[in-house]
Amino acid sequence: MPSVTMTVNGQQVTRDVEGRTLLTDFLRQDLALTGTHVGCDTSQCGACVVHVDGKSVKACTMLAVQAEGAEVTTIEGLAQNGELHPMQAAFKEHHGLQCGFCTPGMVMSAVDLVNTKGEASETEIRDWLEGNICRCTGYHNIVKAIQAGAKAMRS
Amino acid sequence: MPDTGIGASVRRKEDQRFLTGKGRYTDDLNRPGQVHAVFVRSPHAHATVASVNIAAAAAAPGVIAVLTGKDMEADGVGSLPCGWTVTDKHGEPHKAPDHFPLVRDKVRYVGDHVAVVLAESAIQAKDAAELVEVDYQMLPANVDPSKAMDGPLLHDNAPSNLCYDWELGDQAAVDEALSRAAHVTTVDLVNNRLIPNAIEPRAAIAEFDTGTDSYTLYSTSQNPHLLRLILCAFVLGIPESKLRVIAPDVGGGFGSKIYCYAEETVCTWAARKTGRPVKWTGERSESFLADAHGRDHMTRVQLGMDAEGKFVAMKVDTTANLGAYLSNFATCVPTYLYATLLAGQYTTPVIHCNVKAVFTNTAPVDAYRGAGRPEATYVIERVVEAAAREIGVDPAELRKRNFVPPDAFPYATPVALTYDSGQYALAMDKALELIDYAGFPARREASKAKGKLRGIGFSAYIEACGIAPSAVVGSLGAGVGLYESGQVRFNPTGTVSVFTGSHSHGQGHETTFSQLVSDTLGVPIENVEVVHGDTGSIPFGMGTYGSRSLAVGGSALSKACDKIIEKGKKIAAHLMEASVDDIEFDQGTFRVAGTDKEKAIGEIAFAAYVPHNYPEDLEPGLDETSFYDPLNFTYPAGTHVCELEIDPETGVIEIADWAAVDDFGKVVNPMIVEGQVHGGIAQGVGQAMLENCVYDADGQLLTGSYMDYCMPRADDLPSFKVETTETPCPHNPLGVKGCGEAGAIAAPAAFMNAVTDALGTEDIAMPASPEKVWRIAQAAQAAE
Repeated sequence: MPSVTMTVNGQQVTRDVEGRTLLTDFLRQDLALTGTHVGCDTSQCGACVVHVDGKSVKACTMLAVQAEGAEVTTIEGLAQNGELHPMQAAFKEHHGLQCGFCTPGMVMSAVDLVNTKGEASETEIRDWLEGNICRCTGYHNIVKAIQAGAKAMRS
Repeated sequence: MPDTGIGASVRRKEDQRFLTGKGRYTDDLNRPGQVHAVFVRSPHAHATVASVNIAAAAAAPGVIAVLTGKDMEADGVGSLPCGWTVTDKHGEPHKAPDHFPLVRDKVRYVGDHVAVVLAESAIQAKDAAELVEVDYQMLPANVDPSKAMDGPLLHDNAPSNLCYDWELGDQAAVDEALSRAAHVTTVDLVNNRLIPNAIEPRAAIAEFDTGTDSYTLYSTSQNPHLLRLILCAFVLGIPESKLRVIAPDVGGGFGSKIYCYAEETVCTWAARKTGRPVKWTGERSESFLADAHGRDHMTRVQLGMDAEGKFVAMKVDTTANLGAYLSNFATCVPTYLYATLLAGQYTTPVIHCNVKAVFTNTAPVDAYRGAGRPEATYVIERVVEAAAREIGVDPAELRKRNFVPPDAFPYATPVALTYDSGQYALAMDKALELIDYAGFPARREASKAKGKLRGIGFSAYIEACGIAPSAVVGSLGAGVGLYESGQVRFNPTGTVSVFTGSHSHGQGHETTFSQLVSDTLGVPIENVEVVHGDTGSIPFGMGTYGSRSLAVGGSALSKACDKIIEKGKKIAAHLMEASVDDIEFDQGTFRVAGTDKEKAIGEIAFAAYVPHNYPEDLEPGLDETSFYDPLNFTYPAGTHVCELEIDPETGVIEIADWAAVDDFGKVVNPMIVEGQVHGGIAQGVGQAMLENCVYDADGQLLTGSYMDYCMPRADDLPSFKVETTETPCPHNPLGVKGCGEAGAIAAPAAFMNAVTDALGTEDIAMPASPEKVWRIAQAAQAAE
């Protein structure tokens, strides 16, 4: 089995994995980071979005071995020193989540949106979320949360 | 009002763990020594299983066992039951074919369960499942519900593939009234089949403890006690006391996680058989194939009016597709949850509904968000809108002319229900204002000037929620009671543990129920902890569906709080040497009336657990349970208005505005209620604009992934204008009605009425896809 080394939430990890192991399975099973969720098998739902070298990636579209040497951040790595990241706090304040299953992917995707685009209009936010499906919220409060989270991240 | 009390938009307690990746969903859990289950599913819609050769699979690396229906049969495992007996119009009970968790001799839909492979890893089980050789003898498939009665037979004991032919209402009176009506509007409608698609796929882990001879099942369930009851009493034949069901964090349900499915049944059975914990995690493809689907009705509706536009009669004829087998509550959805709602918000004096429910070679169909009520609302609100257009009356005005007036409650409909309370015109007027109805003609002209088609559509819906009085549902054939349980346990140091039979899978009970208990008992909200989802710790409860959690489960908690206060008064009276009758309770403090003597509820709780100075005739402890059985359904209602714009060159629809005014009675947490409405509208718009479950003529599922089944995404939807009116429910202690399904019930009709308004034709079926819309718009342009 190939060996893979990467940095996950600031910690370097090395594991032997089957070549076909997806990054999602590696995070969930090998590292027990179960905040990254699997909601589909066609890379549509976005529940598994993590950051690889700072960019949002669907962890189900990537093999673990492809993340060799990469810096990976999962939802567990977003809050710092027990303080919610501004985007997490905005999701709570604006009721941007219900069942919580799509939430890690939504938040990770939203953080990348702000990092990439800075300010974004409602239309741009809705377009950006094309790869994240939520069945509970109707997106109304997710959009509000991202607008507020973006503002908080800039300040 | 305290800022955490009833009526406050308290931010959710559960969010911290969900936002930090610390939620614990079933697939996040692992048990020592577990094996992984992968199901071998039928690739054919209808076939006899001549043989199953497991030899190669059983010999594959890591495989522990390969089990089939024959093994289950040998162990005496029963059929998955249908829990609601519908009596047909000839007095016969519905046809109830066997539904074995693993098939014994025949497969009846693509995705049906043929065998299970258990292996050390999921990937080994998946590899080995490919090696199971099944000899299928193909049979012709019966897919189209409109032809199902003449098609190939699915079950020997269901002639003509008919489950039941059922009716409600006075057909002779309806025919007579229609024959005398000044105008009769007729509409043919299809309520398209949907696939629920909670974003967390179903999953289960079962384990068997040989020391105690007992099972534990972790499952993605909306109702763990109900699942336990079905598994124990009907399928596996094990004592209820020997099975603990835990539904941990559950990622959405929408009805699809009510039922007892084959997968968790097989895991539980196989855990004992193999002596290893058995874990199954469904893939999305499996959700598409084998989660219970929703809707799938074909209906002709006729609405008769007098010369003044008053409704005089309505006649509804529906064929409902139940799929290949009966899911647990399949029979009641197109009958008691559908036909009983056909009066809508109107005073229509006579109504008749006939429903033929048929079997087809498709996945089982059961309750999906709204369950019967979206279908009823779609029928009523489409025909009312069409009628308004035919007789040239404003559709809002026609509705108002026929609304049940506010002074008519309780109002007995001709279809068996008695509405509790409502102010329908109030909600309608507020919605008209929100959408700026008066400004619509100008907006339509502006769209026209841009080459766009603009439409507006209404949906004045009603639903029966807070399901339900046990005596009523029992008399209609339900096999269970529909009360709810609540337990409020003061701990000796003053914190409160709340145990509820309701289950939260997104609804925010940990917050709403905490608000309720905190407000009632006067303890800080952070000192209240809500426990749900574990039959090992909660009292027997019926779970969450039918917008019942607050109306029924919340009422049970309210009653339990009353008992706490009642007992607390006795303790307080003893401690303060006063008569119980003189003790008053307010905001967490017991006082002797007219004096300055008082004791905080925390002191009373401590005294109850350290009863050194305590009433002689009183039991120690401060822990009360209540079972609440409602006296009636609740009847939330409201008006949704959709305004949209169509590009005739692309067929793309853009929702320009959406106004929703709902009456849910008293609201405990407005933020959560608005969120429920948003999500409901999105699901309703999904049905009307995007989603469609399609099987081909051979019964192959063509929409088996998110590549083919179009889920609503953020860029398909607008922000919504959501407001409420408040007409309290008169028969539950909280005055609440329920909000979870309203959006999904109201939205499809509002959307389609706007589409048909814009296109100038009633002849378009859901979903109004760009292709369909484009063809109609192009044909209209060509005809001009």
